[in-house]
Amino acid sequence: MTDRFSVPPVPRPVTDAWPRRPRLVEHSILPGLKLSLGITLVYLALIVLIPLAALAVRPWEIGLDGVIRTLSDPRVASALRVSFGISLLAALTNAPLGLLIAWTLTRYAFPGRRILDALVDLPFALPTAVAGIALTAIYSPTGPIGAFAAQLGIKTAYSPLGIFIALVFIGLPFVVRSVQPVMQDLDKDVEEAAMTLGATDLQRVTRVVLPALAPALLSGVSLAFARAVGEYGSVIFIAGNMPLKTEIAPLLIVIKLEQYDYAGAAAIGLAMLAISFGALVAMNAVQIYLSRRGRA
Amino acid sequence: MSLQARDKEFLALLGPSGSGKTTLLRVLAGLEEPDAGEVRFDGEDFLALPVRKRKVGMVFQHYALFRHMTVAQNIAFGLTVRPARERPGKSEIRDRVARLLDLVQLQGLEKRFPSQLSGGQRQRVALARALAIEPRMLLLDEPFGALDAQVRRELRRWLRELHDRAGVTTVFVTHDQEEALDLADRVAILKDGELVQLGAPNAVYEHPATPFVFDFLGQACQLPGVVQGGSLTVADWETAAPEGATQGAVQVFFRPDEVAFAPAEGAGLAAEVLAVARRGPDVRIDCRIEGVLMELIGHGPTLPAGVAPGLSVRVKPLRPQVYA
Repeated sequence: MTDRFSVPPVPRPVTDAWPRRPRLVEHSILPGLKLSLGITLVYLALIVLIPLAALAVRPWEIGLDGVIRTLSDPRVASALRVSFGISLLAALTNAPLGLLIAWTLTRYAFPGRRILDALVDLPFALPTAVAGIALTAIYSPTGPIGAFAAQLGIKTAYSPLGIFIALVFIGLPFVVRSVQPVMQDLDKDVEEAAMTLGATDLQRVTRVVLPALAPALLSGVSLAFARAVGEYGSVIFIAGNMPLKTEIAPLLIVIKLEQYDYAGAAAIGLAMLAISFGALVAMNAVQIYLSRRGRA
Repeated sequence: MSLQARDKEFLALLGPSGSGKTTLLRVLAGLEEPDAGEVRFDGEDFLALPVRKRKVGMVFQHYALFRHMTVAQNIAFGLTVRPARERPGKSEIRDRVARLLDLVQLQGLEKRFPSQLSGGQRQRVALARALAIEPRMLLLDEPFGALDAQVRRELRRWLRELHDRAGVTTVFVTHDQEEALDLADRVAILKDGELVQLGAPNAVYEHPATPFVFDFLGQACQLPGVVQGGSLTVADWETAAPEGATQGAVQVFFRPDEVAFAPAEGAGLAAEVLAVARRGPDVRIDCRIEGVLMELIGHGPTLPAGVAPGLSVRVKPLRPQVYA
């Protein structure tokens, strides 16, 4: 009979005790993944996903034809065109403007810089209706700037230009605030290196500074665009709201709701959601590409 | 202060932080303007030239590479920003980038982005980028400051070879005396914006002009002494005074590793050995000389047996320096 104690126990490799199962999520040494992911998902579901799902379900009450009929209504098509077209234009206009303001605020020291810096945030803070009324007062044919523009034969308020002005106004801080921190963190060294290598001021800006800012700028522009598409309060005062001309999609949704055409309103909403989502995904893709380039 | 770099020279600006060495370099590059004084290059007034026309290659401590450009684009930058008339053709730029990549031993990495390189590789890209414009002068601002010791030593050797091959006048800023002494043809030692001493590495090391330089270039031991005629007396030890020493009471400086040990009854400074500790090839000897605690450094295999804790010996500084 073998004495079982005479056989020295073979030490088993520690890893065998806990065979590694393939994991869905790589284990991180930071604790709290389950808790934080759980809260994130619940929160996102309650605040974003469920309402959007409801929006996605609602239009089909009137059937596919109903949705197609609603969206092909010239008034709806025109409102969507106005909303997205002018929003894009406003966001693109804000790109150079916001860049310039961020540049001024970060690159130079001058009296009142902090006040100017604080002013940039005002469009964030102001109720948009107040902004709309204020803008209308200034740009309407009786207002100071509006009257001047009218003399030149330009109609500012109650025209697509009015919508454009309102959307530029509300979008500006997004661009400035996205670009500003990145611009502040730019290494002075890098620009000095460009100078010693013989770059002119223009080349330094276009070939060194702007490429470094591009991802942040794009992110600011897409935020401004997203905000402009959904903007309601400031636009309806200055737009004049003429169907087929200066009526924006969010206003049309409100009009449909007032007529108890919930499914029709939801159909427009769904269309806006789809277009916005597509546009943001595209911008994000470009942005990821741009920032990967620098730090893959 | 006035300072002149010779043609094709490797000049090191050495000094503690705040001594103005980086500022001096930036003035040379044109990145900073001096309040007064002049900068001439080959007789030409450099201050009248804007940075981009000076054609100096600058290498920064933190590389300052263009992050959104590949290695090849980084190196070619100085060529591609030239006005169309002076810009070399695409294929020539490609050739030149390839040659520079060879020179800095980074062949095959031209498509990488700086973030995909190690610190040492990045600094070599920065150097290639500076050399691409065929600079009239190469300025290096603590180029190895952000690298670890091993890479640093390697790059140091390599930089010296590169300089000898490329033959560009190079001004190099560092606060590391070992680096400066090892690399440079001449070393300029700065303190508080003043040039304290300028000379070949060995000359400044062996004959420091001031106690500051002595202290800055290595470890120092210090004792009071008296010079009378041609002899120097420190405590009961009398030796020949160094040439040109001032008469009267002086401060005597010597390096802790430039000493000889003698038996207690011999000549030298009476020292009481307190502790002896081996540190790799060296031996650290803690002793008390004239009431002052000193850390001397001896070479292990050649250390006399008499140097042991609790014993008295005589210590003879081999090359004492005296300062008034």
